[in-house]
Amino acid sequence: MNTEKQLYTISVYTENNIGLLNRISAIFQRRHINIESLNISPSEIEGIAKFIIVVNMTEVNVKKIIGQIEKQVEVIKAYFHNLEEIIYQISGLFKIKSELLFEERQIQNIIKESNARIVTVNKEFFVLEKSGKKEEIAELYNQLSVYGIMQYTRSGLIAVTKEAMKISELLKY
Amino acid sequence: METQTIENKEIATKVTEKISGSEAIVRCLIAEGVKIIYGYPGGAIMPVYDELYKYQDKIHHVLARHEQGATHAAQGFARISGKVGVAIATSGPGATNLVTGIADAQIDSTPMVCITGQVASHLLGSDAFQETDIVGISTPVTKWNCQVTRAADIPAVLAKAFYIAKSGRPGPVLVDITKDAQFEDFDFSYEKCTKIRSYVPIPKTVIGSLEAAAKLINTAKKPFIVWGQGIVLSQAEEQFKALVEKAGIPAAWTILGASALPTSHPLNVGMLGMHGNYAPNKLTNECDVLIAIGMRFDDRVTGKLDEYATQAKVIHFEIDPAEVDKNVKTDVAVLGDAKVTLEAILPLIDENSHEEWHQQFKNLYEIEYEKVIKGDLYPTKEGLTMGEVIKEINIQSKGDAAIVTDVGQHQMIACRYAEFNKTKSNITSGGLGTMGFGLPAAIGAKMAAPEREVVSISGDGGYQMTIQELGTIFQQKAAVKIVVLNNDFLGMVRQWQQMFFEKRYASTEMVNPNFVAIAEGYYIKAKKVTKREELAAAVAEMMASKEAYFLEVCVEKEGNVFPMVPSGASVSEIRLE
Repeated sequence: MNTEKQLYTISVYTENNIGLLNRISAIFQRRHINIESLNISPSEIEGIAKFIIVVNMTEVNVKKIIGQIEKQVEVIKAYFHNLEEIIYQISGLFKIKSELLFEERQIQNIIKESNARIVTVNKEFFVLEKSGKKEEIAELYNQLSVYGIMQYTRSGLIAVTKEAMKISELLKY
Repeated sequence: METQTIENKEIATKVTEKISGSEAIVRCLIAEGVKIIYGYPGGAIMPVYDELYKYQDKIHHVLARHEQGATHAAQGFARISGKVGVAIATSGPGATNLVTGIADAQIDSTPMVCITGQVASHLLGSDAFQETDIVGISTPVTKWNCQVTRAADIPAVLAKAFYIAKSGRPGPVLVDITKDAQFEDFDFSYEKCTKIRSYVPIPKTVIGSLEAAAKLINTAKKPFIVWGQGIVLSQAEEQFKALVEKAGIPAAWTILGASALPTSHPLNVGMLGMHGNYAPNKLTNECDVLIAIGMRFDDRVTGKLDEYATQAKVIHFEIDPAEVDKNVKTDVAVLGDAKVTLEAILPLIDENSHEEWHQQFKNLYEIEYEKVIKGDLYPTKEGLTMGEVIKEINIQSKGDAAIVTDVGQHQMIACRYAEFNKTKSNITSGGLGTMGFGLPAAIGAKMAAPEREVVSISGDGGYQMTIQELGTIFQQKAAVKIVVLNNDFLGMVRQWQQMFFEKRYASTEMVNPNFVAIAEGYYIKAKKVTKREELAAAVAEMMASKEAYFLEVCVEKEGNVFPMVPSGASVSEIRLE
């Protein structure tokens, strides 16, 4: 078994419930594990929420965490995957002064080459959105920071897995 | 009072009927078969107490002297009866005082439902008087919890609470109910909960795991069983005994598993862990197949994990999948309810006796007897030992008493030396190690099983943490026998100070009150013993008493508990002195 730490996504299918986030995050807190990112959204099944939690851990420990998450009454199922086993995206938003768009020709090239999307433009600022892997967003950040970024934020990782997750079947029982 | 009680009325019914949330709470409890609850009133729970007043012929409310006492009493009730214990308290400090008992029930898998009152829903989050976020506070120490702000949700939530508390691996549940929900009228009907779609109380046994386990057991030369409370919780005592006897395997217990197999059983080789017996600790590292049943490899049992049974194949019978591989890597995990899995594996097991292997346990027992046990039970030097007190209780109870212990030296000595003929006879705080557990837990145990002799054994430290529950004993006329083994020290901590901190006895010496006078202040018969020759007669007087009885035994001040696996050491490094 792999004893090296690596990034894992933990996907948790749950009933929608107030307080469940607390219950799940407490499991990480007890073991002093830093959550790298967390995303909660509806899932493919109506009424079922999906947590995607990114952690840097060993496989041995991630399995223990999975057991303790699945033990929670409102959790239907929890899975863990390394980054090779999933298709994932992260989204970054950049707010930049509008004048730069016209004064710094290089910015237009950066936008084009990075496949970033202009969400809105007004007299004062424009907003760029870039989806992709963490490194791609970091790269764009590095390129733009030279010119000055007014605001920057990055979303949690969202992912679907290459293998099937048979939640509907579990719910039939 | 008769005019206030409700006679011959359908208590819980599917037919709806308009009642208040608070009445619904009481009716739900009655529908769940609850007859005794432990609690303490206060502002935010008053509507429920008003209903309890009306329904007092159906539910007996036991007024504790502190909410912590109410939870421990509910735990004692649950542990001896196997039923769900119920504790009730008001918001704010009432609720926070429950937390220690809840945490204790969580780590020791005790089924308990706690109901707390909460400020009215429009005040939630406003730092109102006696408002506390008890759902937030109790989240890490409950199996499940929930806040109710509408009367209409009360029946379904309480039904769920009872189901979750007692199913699968049991545990504590807290339901927090706002005062406006208690006052609100709604159409009541009650249906028991039997299923929650996201919750799997008993995991499926993996196909082939029983066969794989049986093969390992049948081919083992030196198999060794370590069992825990799982046997008691799944009422698998008979199936367990059948397995042990058929396979002829020596078996040792965690303190929560004690009494699942009688102490006198020839294959019962004693207690595991830090202050357990010499043979089971030593031979854990010599067995070839380690069969763990309904136990969780607590660090007090395993010592240093890297040097725990590394030579052995490990089979783990377990209801909670999160426990498998948590501490000790398993070769075969047999998931499921122990009663079912043990029954299923029995036909696959070959008869055996493993006499030579068993002889190794006997040989090591002889060494322990000479070095430790003889001196504990038959001391020749001056000063009473805790061990001889337990021995006297064994003799006079004939091993039929339920022993409720607190935490510390007396607990380890009681667990080591108490004789148990019946299951559910050892009630103690294992995982959390809650000083103050014993006395209130004994109240709950006695009320759940009035036909049984219940002996509470505490140290002078833990006893004073919940000493006020003497008031509950007096008010309830609970015939609990209370023994305090007084060494005027916080003995276990003092022992560690002696062994590991060069006898710097920092804050472990106790200047104690007149315990007999305190008991007598509560109108409880009381006696103090300081000499060996007085002991047998005093224990006899206590056991003969039909009412509660307090016995203080002054024991040697600096007695130590041995054997001992020092913290962080391997079970092989168990010390006899």
